[in-house]
Amino acid sequence: MEVTIQKTVLAIITDDSKKASGAPTFVVADESRRQHVAMVLSRILQGQVHDLGDGMLIVVKH
Amino acid sequence: MTELLKELGSGMPFSHGPAIALGFLLGMLARVGMLRSDYRQYPTYPHGYASHLFLGGIAALVGAVAVPALLEKEWTAVTFLVLVAQQFRGIRDMERKSLKALEDNELVPRGADYIEDMAKTFEARYYVVIFVSTATSIGVEAVSVLGGLVLGALAFGFSALFIRKRRIGDIVEVKRASPSFRGPDLYVGDIFIMNVGLEESRRAIEEKGLGAILIPRDEDARDTLGNLGQRQAIIHDLQAILGIRKDLDTPEFSPVIRRDLETGRAGLFFMPAEKDEEPMLAVIKRVPVLESARGRGSKTLAGRYAMD
Repeated sequence: MEVTIQKTVLAIITDDSKKASGAPTFVVADESRRQHVAMVLSRILQGQVHDLGDGMLIVVKH
Repeated sequence: MTELLKELGSGMPFSHGPAIALGFLLGMLARVGMLRSDYRQYPTYPHGYASHLFLGGIAALVGAVAVPALLEKEWTAVTFLVLVAQQFRGIRDMERKSLKALEDNELVPRGADYIEDMAKTFEARYYVVIFVSTATSIGVEAVSVLGGLVLGALAFGFSALFIRKRRIGDIVEVKRASPSFRGPDLYVGDIFIMNVGLEESRRAIEEKGLGAILIPRDEDARDTLGNLGQRQAIIHDLQAILGIRKDLDTPEFSPVIRRDLETGRAGLFFMPAEKDEEPMLAVIKRVPVLESARGRGSKTLAGRYAMD
């Protein structure tokens, strides 16, 4: 049986480390780079990227 | 035909030949008629066909033999036939198990409600077969071969009417609506669906995504549409018939149905393999209303008071 962690924040991609805590955080200042990192992370984790605004993206598996 | 059956009957060591033969024949015909590979793509496999035809044969024989056995006062035979009929309860279990086993490897699962509904349908079909062959056999014994044919056909027609499924199109109005974004938020019409963080995915959804709005025709339909199993059945059928532009690592392309809490309407978002609106609307309308999801508020006193 496969076990996955769902409905929790798997990763945070942000422009400022002060905005995030509690989950693996990736600090990327450039916006298009941030999109790219989020895309790669979502494909790896098979999770969905959500945009919280203010330069914060999270990856959640539903 | 009639002469042939009579001849067949006279060749047999007992006088119930025509009743058993015709009962078996009509029962089998009923099973074959119900076995058409339907749009849910199940059972599409030759082995599925084979096992259901075989079991159909047994069911037809049980129904056909029961009446002559009763007439001949063969109580042991009657007891055994009832025992055999009990076995068909196992069909539901068999179908449920095999559908559940496939569930893990579906991009869009059927969901427990849909599986239960299919399993129930398959079980019920065997009882229809038994009913048809019994009715035929009664007709032949009581009237004539022609009477048996008529009674068998009537029994099949009655059963078909009785187990007929309502479809989503009967209880819900399906309207086209295109998916659009307000910032990162995906909407279908005015109904919020989800937040999509990746720009690339937003572009793909705007370009290739489809949407629809489901408007329930009454309070019962609203409750049916609220049922998660019913919604899962709708998106499973869409995906199974039209194909889906999605893989495991792109969950943002999963089909979604979300409710508008104010009105009870639901917004549907779907990423088809090929963008084609009309077939999508047609598929949604043809999804069966699941027995377990059917809204029943209007059947109760309190529910009727709650209605305007």
